[in-house]
Amino acid sequence: MAFNLSKQDWLLFLGFALVVLTLPISLQPLGAAYPALMQKFCIFGIFALGFNILFGLTGYLSFGHAAFIGIGSYAAVWMFKLLTMNALPAILFSMVVAGLVAMVIGYVALRRSGIYFSILTLAFAQMFYNLAYSVLTPLTNGETGLQLTLGDPRVLDRMAGAATGGLPRVELFGIGLSGGGYAGFYFCAIVLILCFFFAIKIFRSPFGLMLRALKSNQNRMRYTGFNNRPYLLAAFVISGVYAGLAGSLMAVTDPLAGAERMQWTASGEVVLMTILGGAGTLVGPILGAAVIKYFENIFSAFNEQTLHRIFDFLPDSIENPLVSGLSLFVGEGWHLTLGVIFVLIVIFLPGGIMEGFRRISGLFKRGGGGGKPAVAAHAQPAE
Amino acid sequence: MSDRNIVLHVADVSKRFGGLKALTDVDLSVAEGTVHAIIGPNGAGKSTLLNVCIGRIRPDQGHVVFAGTTLDQQKPHEINQLGVSRVFQTPEIFPDLTLLDNVMIPAFAKRDGAYRFHALQSVESESEIRDSAEFHLGDVGLLERRHQLAGSLSRGDKRRLELAMCLIQKPKLLLLDEPTAGMSRHDTNMTIELLKRIKARGMTKVIIEHDMHVVFSLADRVSVLAQGRIIADGLPDEVRGNPKVKEAYLGEAHA
Amino acid sequence: MDAILLQILNGLDKGGAYALIALGLTLVFGTLGVVNFAHGALFMMGAFCAVGFNKLLTLQSVTIDPSQTTPWGSPMEVRQPYVEAWLGESGKFLVDYSVPAAILLAIPVMLLFGIAMERGIIRHFYKRPHSEQILVTFGLAIVIQEIIKHYFGANPIPQPAPAAFRGTAAVGELIGLGNGLPYPWWRLIYLFFSLSIIGAVFAFLRFTTYGMVVRAGMRDRETVGLLGINIERRFTVVFGLASVVAGVAGVMYTPILPPDYHIGMEFLVLSFVVVVVGGMGSLGGAVLAGFLLGILQSFASMNEVKAIIPGIDQIIIYLVAVVVLLTLPRGLMGRAGVMEE
Ligand SMILES: Nc1ncnc2c1ncn2[C@@H]1O[C@H](COP(=O)(O)OP(=O)(O)O)[C@@H](O)[C@H]1O
Ligand SMILES: [Mg+2]
Repeated sequence: MAFNLSKQDWLLFLGFALVVLTLPISLQPLGAAYPALMQKFCIFGIFALGFNILFGLTGYLSFGHAAFIGIGSYAAVWMFKLLTMNALPAILFSMVVAGLVAMVIGYVALRRSGIYFSILTLAFAQMFYNLAYSVLTPLTNGETGLQLTLGDPRVLDRMAGAATGGLPRVELFGIGLSGGGYAGFYFCAIVLILCFFFAIKIFRSPFGLMLRALKSNQNRMRYTGFNNRPYLLAAFVISGVYAGLAGSLMAVTDPLAGAERMQWTASGEVVLMTILGGAGTLVGPILGAAVIKYFENIFSAFNEQTLHRIFDFLPDSIENPLVSGLSLFVGEGWHLTLGVIFVLIVIFLPGGIMEGFRRISGLFKRGGGGGKPAVAAHAQPAE
Repeated sequence: MSDRNIVLHVADVSKRFGGLKALTDVDLSVAEGTVHAIIGPNGAGKSTLLNVCIGRIRPDQGHVVFAGTTLDQQKPHEINQLGVSRVFQTPEIFPDLTLLDNVMIPAFAKRDGAYRFHALQSVESESEIRDSAEFHLGDVGLLERRHQLAGSLSRGDKRRLELAMCLIQKPKLLLLDEPTAGMSRHDTNMTIELLKRIKARGMTKVIIEHDMHVVFSLADRVSVLAQGRIIADGLPDEVRGNPKVKEAYLGEAHA
Repeated sequence: MDAILLQILNGLDKGGAYALIALGLTLVFGTLGVVNFAHGALFMMGAFCAVGFNKLLTLQSVTIDPSQTTPWGSPMEVRQPYVEAWLGESGKFLVDYSVPAAILLAIPVMLLFGIAMERGIIRHFYKRPHSEQILVTFGLAIVIQEIIKHYFGANPIPQPAPAAFRGTAAVGELIGLGNGLPYPWWRLIYLFFSLSIIGAVFAFLRFTTYGMVVRAGMRDRETVGLLGINIERRFTVVFGLASVVAGVAGVMYTPILPPDYHIGMEFLVLSFVVVVVGGMGSLGGAVLAGFLLGILQSFASMNEVKAIIPGIDQIIIYLVAVVVLLTLPRGLMGRAGVMEE
């Protein structure tokens, strides 16, 4: 019962799994087939997937989800320090902690909707961020960030008589996960695939239907006999747990945690990923996350020299102004590109990449004569 | 009428909005299985009265008792779970969802209660609820359009959809706020037929209506509301001849 | 007693900045119905008008004076700002007063930018959901921020207050309380500056016909539109005005806090909290909450308070926002029907 999907959804799921697991091959031509980057796709994919369960389904725009990333990372590193370098306890612990914090924040913030909700979530995230640098430094190690040290107790590992000497690696029953190897990528990929499965289940469940209904008309829900608050809280907590999981994977692949992960810019980034891909769609947010991380990687690697090399064939009088103009957008200026994309997407394609696909395939269908009237498979981006 | 048969009792309810007295000492009893019409000029407080009954507005004074439960402290969803459904004057539907989803959702509320975390089942496998939803969509004549988005319907069709959403819950008490406003004559007659059929199912109804044709073909009892007060109450024929009622409507016509 | 007065004073200048930003946010939200997440970036742009103006004034000529030598014996380089070379003493005066003088630059720059922004982007979002307005202005804020970073770098750039105002004023004597209460002159100036800008904006809204239309528009946009008043043009002007207010607030704040490219976002987040606490759509509420939160923050950073509740200074504003939003859904002075279902 719990592992039932319709035939179409099995296809979607298997196709997705196949694409993710074969990324090391399919990304070769794009020059992105190295584990450190691909595991980033997976981690941010999980983050966006979870964010979308809140924003895409209920329309509640949280501006504080990065807090859960940070909390997940800190929780995972603490597990590494205190208990064991095995990844599983760390991940589970992170999810539990993030879930509990989400329950508290959600309980308060969901008393309001619309922009008030956005501000409340932002306020909570900022509190965590500020406290991480002040009162909570015993837990977060302040500006330096939380790191592994040789003196960590690691109780379980020591009882098992693990070899000492040098900092240990995060592992899963003997397989090293940290340090940017393929094992780390495949681990993240499998977690992403599991998360995707759970997301499909939610989307197709009565629970998911209720969330969409809440986005559409809360009054009607109320007078139809539903207690709205627990539904919203459940969505908030689920998305918080996804974010905590993503945060713990960051720690698994690179065992340190810093407060900058909780800055509101990081919260903004996940909003952008979700919108860019298509809020309310299953695959969109993951696609958005991958696209942004891919271009971040490309653009930030460029600098003026590389640009000069590319445009070498042009006469200097064109090359120089062109290069200095473009240099605004690359390297350090990558965020500018991001901002511009953000603005353009919201103006011209509020449904994101998935909406773009739909429009394009719509053109072809109309050409083929099989035009259907606009029906359900259509997600409004907000409120 | 014995007390046991009273499903809904509005007891001396008053409500003010700032300086405006929207309801003053309204007292109303609705007997089980009957259709009770409320008529009155615009702004008389009819919708406000229904708002009080479903917990949207708290009365300043007085109580509403439904099937033996006092509704003073009840939240809107609790009142619905007790068995009260309402069709609103401006349709309240889920515009971004299909008609089928629109009608299935209330059925879930009826079956599973105010909250249930059913994230691992699938809507697809809920064939019983879907069949029932299709049946009720057929009842209001919208079955062929079940895969359309509800937002694309005309105002009259939205109203019929909302009616189906209420009927699928098989409420003990159905509140209808001008259910035929904005409908063509043909659709109005269809709705009257539908409401008559439900009457046979023994559902109690309170209906606000301007169309006298509808009132006199459906109602067992009529109350007249003017400027927040009940000015007449009785069988349809008694109320029809009441001079105060004529005055209230004429007063409006002069204004 | 003095300590308390001092904390109040300390909170007032920051409160003034919050109030000015919150005022513009509210004006734009109330009239145009737009939630502008780029408003902090406008404050930051204003601050960088001051930085840019100062840079311009201090462009220097470098000459080698053979008659003077450095301690190492090589000829001394003499640097002299062009402005001083051309204008002599009044040039020196101008450089000294570059911060307040930058207001003259900031007003047209911010006005033009605000108008362009409203015409180019904001206008198309009047009817779109608030979440999309938030998103597009948020993107815009990133763009502005990154452009500034590109040209001015990532580090804070200190701006000196004019020499005459660098010291501290003995406020106690000024208000007849006798001794002490030392308080930096420039902060005192900022307080009066923000009060007069607030006063000017309120006077504009109250006493000019233009302002009356805007106020009417804040209550009931549709009706004002129906009266045949060209509401669109007025919206543009309101946006330009809010942008100028944010800009000059930024200019004058530079001697208090050296600006960097993300100062805008820090202030924006706080100002949104201020707006929400004051009550969405209430101008008076925005001003009141701005000063109130500024003062609260300065109390929370007293060592005595921090000793009791560690870290309170870091979170006080957000904490207040949470409490206010939960107890007063409409904030301190919000009107019914604004941003409600
Ligand atoms: N929430 C409210 N706030 C203020 N006034 C209201 C509210 N609801 C209704 N009113 C006023 O109460 C009076 C009665 O309204 P209503 O019950 O809708 O009348 P009707 O009999 O036409 O349904 C009207 O004058 C209306 O303006
Ligand atoms: Mg009515």
